[in-house]
Amino acid sequence: MAKKAIEAVCAWQELEPGILILEPGCAAQFKTGDWRTGKIPVTDYEKCVKCGRCYIFCPDLSYEEREDGTYTWLADYCKGCGICAVECPSGAITMKEE
Amino acid sequence: MAQRVGLESSLACSEAVRLADADVIAAYPITPQTHIVEHLSELVADGHLDAEFVPVESEHSAMSACIGSAAAGARTFTATSSQGLALMSEVLYIASGMRMPMVMAVANRALSAPISIWNDHSDVMSVRDCGWIQLFCENGQEVMDLTIAAFKITEDPRVMLPVMVNMDGFTLTHVIEPIFIPTPEEVKAYLPPFKPRFRLDPFKPMTFGAVGVPEVYTEHRLQLQDAILASQPVIEEHLAGFAKAFGRTYQPIETHGLDGAETAIVTMGSIGETALTAVEEMQAAGEKVGQIRIRLWRPFPFDRFLEAASKVKTLVIIDRALSFGGAGGPVATELRAILTNKPGAPKTASFIAGLGGRDVTREDFKEMIRSAPEQLASGRSFDFYGAMEG
Repeated sequence: MAKKAIEAVCAWQELEPGILILEPGCAAQFKTGDWRTGKIPVTDYEKCVKCGRCYIFCPDLSYEEREDGTYTWLADYCKGCGICAVECPSGAITMKEE
Repeated sequence: MAQRVGLESSLACSEAVRLADADVIAAYPITPQTHIVEHLSELVADGHLDAEFVPVESEHSAMSACIGSAAAGARTFTATSSQGLALMSEVLYIASGMRMPMVMAVANRALSAPISIWNDHSDVMSVRDCGWIQLFCENGQEVMDLTIAAFKITEDPRVMLPVMVNMDGFTLTHVIEPIFIPTPEEVKAYLPPFKPRFRLDPFKPMTFGAVGVPEVYTEHRLQLQDAILASQPVIEEHLAGFAKAFGRTYQPIETHGLDGAETAIVTMGSIGETALTAVEEMQAAGEKVGQIRIRLWRPFPFDRFLEAASKVKTLVIIDRALSFGGAGGPVATELRAILTNKPGAPKTASFIAGLGGRDVTREDFKEMIRSAPEQLASGRSFDFYGAMEG
């Protein structure tokens, strides 16, 4: 049900009243990466110091920690705002045309 | 056993909320609604009503607090009027869009400018399309009864829509009438404690008020339209239940003397009683006149209205508000739209009357009924009744 409401492609009769979403913690199912226009962040892992600032500052939780302690970008949610590139202390992240 | 006592209609509203055992009241005082919230704050302060009284800083906050309260599953009440209703406007749509059960009394008053504290329907008509169920009271007993019934309606899991109980400012709210006050036991039997279908619960989290992207907004609106239309039989069911429990019967559309009548005057709210007196006097004089009173304005009871309207040749529709630069008063415009292309539909004359507290007397109603043929012959859509002309 939540998935249907999130993907917003179901008959009106199947929606809960007032488009309530009964399943908790399902916001990640709402993929908003296609709202992005223009640029994407590209990380140079040679320069990355594993500080996690990209992960902390990203307003859309579009970074995920990898096993080696570095962070990877999530195309499903990134809007291309570039905050991560500005905040990165080692200059590892640059914004590039998608 | 219910007692009949002399009681101001405003206090009847407050007493109805006490009898309904409301949990949360969030309200801001505004004339002529003030007595309702003043009395409720006293009832709470004096321990006669176990409720949270939230003295908010504005009507916008009042409605916002009510939405939070209803989402938490509390029986929720507020009251306002005129500018206060206008200030609430954007939040009203959120209450209905989120399907939040609550009851609001509106002491109908004109909108400024010029500032007017007196009665007409311009306030409620400014939020006509907000998705709330809208009832109009005619007298103090109706204020008491419909306020109680409104809780029953709004909390029905088949409805889950907020309900607005309209009562004309001063001419109804400040008038003392003999009113039957039901006992708490009687009301409790009719209106058991609220059992919300959905509510905010940390142990069962859910999302209220999610974004409506273009792919779902239309479906949401269709769902809301379906819900409010589907509420009519439920409203009728609960009014029938009210009649059974308390012995007073209320219909979405009330009629008087339509059999044999050629003309019916159409009213909404407290002017209906004065109009009824005028109609009875005309009937006694042999004139073929009847009356249609609209109690349920949203959802509009199309079937009940058409059944009543089919009995006469002419409707004389009284509006107490106006769409400036539009086709006339909201009631007349709506009834004309409903009658369009209906075989044998009556002709419609329309009058704007009783604005900003201007009295509409028995003689005025007779004059409007008698001058309807002239308006129809002239081709005019409507007339301002009783305006001083230079």
